[in-house]
Amino acid sequence: MTGFVRTIDAPKLSPPKGEVGLIHTLRHRVFNSAIGGVLAIAIAALLFWTAWTIIDWAFFRGVWTAPDRELCNAEGAGACWPFIKARSLQWVYGFYPSAERWRVNLVYLIGAISLAGLMIPAIPFKTWNALFFFLLYPVIAFFLLLGGKFGLTLVETEQWGGLLVTLVLSVTAIVVSAPLGILLALGRRSEMPIVSLLSTIFIETVRGVPLVLVLFMAANMFPLFMPPGVNPDKLLKAVIGTSLFASAYMAEIIRGGLQAIPKGQYEGAQAIGLSYWKSMGLIIMPQALKVVIPSIVNNFISLFKDTSLVTVVGLFDLLGIVQTGFNDPKWASAQTSNTGYFALAVIYWAFCFSMSRYSQFIERKLNTSHKR
Amino acid sequence: MPHSAVTMSHVDKWYGPFHVLRDINLDVKAGERIVICGPSGSGKSTLIRCINRLEEHQQGDIVVDGIPLTANLKNIDDVRREVGMVFQHFNLFPHLTVLENCTLAPIWVRKQPKAQAEENAMSFLKRVKIPEQALKYPGQLSGGQQQRVAIARALCMNPKVMLFDEPTSALDPEMIKEVLDVMVDLAEGGMTMLCVTHEMAFARQVADRVIFMDQGQIVEENEPEEFFKNPKSPRTRLFLEQILH
Ligand SMILES: Nc1ncnc2c1ncn2[C@@H]1O[C@H](COP(=O)(O)OP(=O)(O)O)[C@@H](O)[C@H]1O
Ligand SMILES: [Mg+2]
Repeated sequence: MTGFVRTIDAPKLSPPKGEVGLIHTLRHRVFNSAIGGVLAIAIAALLFWTAWTIIDWAFFRGVWTAPDRELCNAEGAGACWPFIKARSLQWVYGFYPSAERWRVNLVYLIGAISLAGLMIPAIPFKTWNALFFFLLYPVIAFFLLLGGKFGLTLVETEQWGGLLVTLVLSVTAIVVSAPLGILLALGRRSEMPIVSLLSTIFIETVRGVPLVLVLFMAANMFPLFMPPGVNPDKLLKAVIGTSLFASAYMAEIIRGGLQAIPKGQYEGAQAIGLSYWKSMGLIIMPQALKVVIPSIVNNFISLFKDTSLVTVVGLFDLLGIVQTGFNDPKWASAQTSNTGYFALAVIYWAFCFSMSRYSQFIERKLNTSHKR
Repeated sequence: MPHSAVTMSHVDKWYGPFHVLRDINLDVKAGERIVICGPSGSGKSTLIRCINRLEEHQQGDIVVDGIPLTANLKNIDDVRREVGMVFQHFNLFPHLTVLENCTLAPIWVRKQPKAQAEENAMSFLKRVKIPEQALKYPGQLSGGQQQRVAIARALCMNPKVMLFDEPTSALDPEMIKEVLDVMVDLAEGGMTMLCVTHEMAFARQVADRVIFMDQGQIVEENEPEEFFKNPKSPRTRLFLEQILH
């Protein structure tokens, strides 16, 4: 066996050119076997048929203008859009008096601006904005919506409804569950036995019960914990119920994130002299939360949809208010409920899909791991 | 005579029933450089982690820069402020840039103004020869660079004592020297250092004393020349034979 010494370097080349283009992809990824080809055609046909059915129902057979149910009830009529137009204000405001609806608009507007400020990375003053949104905004929204003070007329929560109730419930639950979930997660992992025991009991109790039951219990059992004669507002009880429910789930999600952080991070933080709260706030939590963003957003999304369960305790959220419209003799028709549910699905989907997309954007944005 | 930077007297520690540190007595003068070596599992990491209370000892006294380490949380905070530590696996904070890693503790613990902390951090990053990496994230650096950042991060707190726990053991061979160079530079600058390491050339070059541990005890301790040339204990001899071939 003789040795070998390279005298001329092997040339550094660019990779061989692959075939590209639609035809190539189709041939290599889709029609690369008989079964694949048949499946692809079957799926395409199914998709086409579904899309066509919806488009036909919504547009070609859809009724666009009508004073009442007459046209929608006609043989072969599709979606009954005028019903939605007639009802849309009620969907957004519930039974909130027309003259006072500017207050709801103002709450929506302030919330949207503040949230945009928080969510768009390029906008400065994040800390102030967060303090405003999480501490001040709920107070402002409360007084604006309820009134009875500062010269605003009182609008009882009985009159709230629709999107307003859905947003009040879900935004409050989200805003409350984030900090409460963090505290509960830290509590459960605490080295202090009492703190850990109490957190665990709370989390496991709430998690072991369906949300519907939590809502029923909040509605009916709350007065037991209150002085005699005091029965808190129906909406308030539902808000408290959903918030506590959301917090328990949030706590478990965050605990999962905490477990993903290596011990070395805690030690690194301790060794440079950070206290418990500072190392949690500056080192551990930012990393743990980043790990669990998808689960947190998933939790927000299911929370947003689950608020529709409050109809069982007599509140009219978005779903509830849409359903009440079906019985209106002026509009009751074969297509009314179809149209209502379809529009509702689009609205819920739009909210949830935006949350999902935003979370993906933030995940990419926060990725500093540079894993190779 | 310089005062003591670290004093350990009759220190014992157990993990459950396992007696991991047995009657440790050690006095480190300010400016002294100590190298600790010994077989894996002999308690070297545990010993130096007791000095900044990452581990709690159960018996005996540890005094760091005049502050006794007891359950008193304030004392623990005070000691950690004066003691810097460099870990085998760096333990940098991956969500912060190199510069932020270095300024975090000065800003939040020492309450330095941000500008001053950054200026200070940059001077230490220059000292460990990576000022140009300041705005990168740890994940973008090589192991050797990360360990030098970790040293700079500890130095930014102006510690009186530096602890090193096998700082080169996790590095690829070609990166060991760049880290050792920084440590030699630090030693020559008069820093009080306790280094757990098996880099015997480093020990020869900078250590005032070499300590050999086995089964939770200090078995032998001497100046490097004597230690390597004339090990007294058979256990030390066996260990040196194994690592020096
Ligand atoms: N947290 C722990 N719990 C139980 N045993 C431990 C723990 N940490 C270390 N040990 C044991 O204590 C002994 C000493 O460990 P260590 O100080 O890490 O040794 P060295 O650094 O010299 O290799 C080893 O036997 C190890 O298994
Ligand atoms: Mg070790």
